[in-house]
Amino acid sequence: MDLALTEEQEMITGMVRRFVREEILPLELNLDPDADELPEADRRRLTEKTRAMGLYGLDIPPEFGGPEIDLITRTLIAIEASQHRAGLYAPCYGVFGGAGLAQLFEATEAQQERYLHPMLCGEKSGFFGLTEPSGGSDPARAIQTRAVRDGDDWIINGGKIFISGADRADFGLVFARTDPDQGRNGVTCFIVDTDTPGFHVRRVVHTLRSARYATELQFEDMRVPHANVLGAVNGGFAIANDRLSRQRIPYAAGCIGVAIKAHELALEYAPQRQTFGAPLSSRQAIQWMLVDNEIDIRQARWLTLEAADRAQRGDAFRKEAAMAKLVATEAGGRVVDRCMQIFGGYGVTKDFPFERWYREMRIRRIGEGPNEVQRHIIARDLLGASLR
Amino acid sequence: MPIRLDKPWLPLDAAADLPGQLGVFELADEAGRVQYIGCAGGRSRFGLRSEVPAAAQRVPEARRFRVEVTMAYLTRHRELLMAHGADQGALPPHNEPISRLGRLSPR
Repeated sequence: MDLALTEEQEMITGMVRRFVREEILPLELNLDPDADELPEADRRRLTEKTRAMGLYGLDIPPEFGGPEIDLITRTLIAIEASQHRAGLYAPCYGVFGGAGLAQLFEATEAQQERYLHPMLCGEKSGFFGLTEPSGGSDPARAIQTRAVRDGDDWIINGGKIFISGADRADFGLVFARTDPDQGRNGVTCFIVDTDTPGFHVRRVVHTLRSARYATELQFEDMRVPHANVLGAVNGGFAIANDRLSRQRIPYAAGCIGVAIKAHELALEYAPQRQTFGAPLSSRQAIQWMLVDNEIDIRQARWLTLEAADRAQRGDAFRKEAAMAKLVATEAGGRVVDRCMQIFGGYGVTKDFPFERWYREMRIRRIGEGPNEVQRHIIARDLLGASLR
Repeated sequence: MPIRLDKPWLPLDAAADLPGQLGVFELADEAGRVQYIGCAGGRSRFGLRSEVPAAAQRVPEARRFRVEVTMAYLTRHRELLMAHGADQGALPPHNEPISRLGRLSPR
């Protein structure tokens, strides 16, 4: 792997860095410290800018109208785009767009017409419904939502939890058990319209994140046409699993971006702040914190770029993506914690972004597969698939 | 935590004794009909103590209020608006429409 950025990568990351500093950071001064949305007029204006920059819909494949930007560059962009207060969960407040539910790129033509194309032009939004109260790390066994064939339809009963965006979505991907005896080979993915009778968003699940919530869903005799099966019947596990590995790279990148921004703020502050007649930066205790931040960030960055590089080349990258997610989420947490300590009392106020990052970074060790599961994935790759 | 706010109603003059914490609140008219659902967020000067009286000045029908102290003030605010929408079929009369407010069907 070539460790130097190409000229094009330097140019693109520089553009995104300027965009964050000149467009996003000034707006954040007037937003609630926990906000994850821009006022509509600002959102529209900035989306036009990202379109003009040729960087809108970065994760959309070129054949569907996305820009032709490789995965390593997209990872570098994700690192830049998260360097602001809301950046961990709402990088640039979504004005770079996204691919939405990438699984729909594999959908049938009719499904793409009805769901994918409206989603890509922002007319419809979707949710990803995998996790259930019985667990999310082991979907092959935890899924208890049941789908039973009835003529040309399926009848779905059950529930999901920790589902983002379901209360606002027009449709969603719902994973349900279609063969109770088959474990991972007995799960099917359905595209479900949220106005289907029997679809209920029962409650908001409040978490450490104050702005972006999850929801709990219930399905009561929800009738879904067979034409809305995504992929093959009993082939849903592969669809879910594919997303989990791929998502870990941008997930790690967001943690790195926030860690870089926190570290940058601490590097500016430490030489200015005086204690006992000398700047904080002259104290070895503080210097070592800054050194540890630098090392944490570099380790996480290289592991994440290595995972992106392997994925880009079409090599197996499950182990590398797991390492990137594991290291970046833990390193990000440590960096934010140290920066908060350097800022002292100010570090825990809402005047600075550390307290938000601290709360949100804690979730990252659990989301997209807890870090214990990442270690399990890495161990299985090192020791063999039979490891239990 | 119940989805709908279930704290006791208080007269408006009790707002001066509210804590300076962050949270959500409801204003109701004499008959107890909710007229406005608001929140005291991270940029409010004195949290609920400043936000409840300020909102009451903009709602002439307001006679009483109730509050819930919470750090998850943004998500709780949206949840209360969605629950009100599910129960009453509309937002409270003094709440402006919110872009992309979700739908709940609470039990």
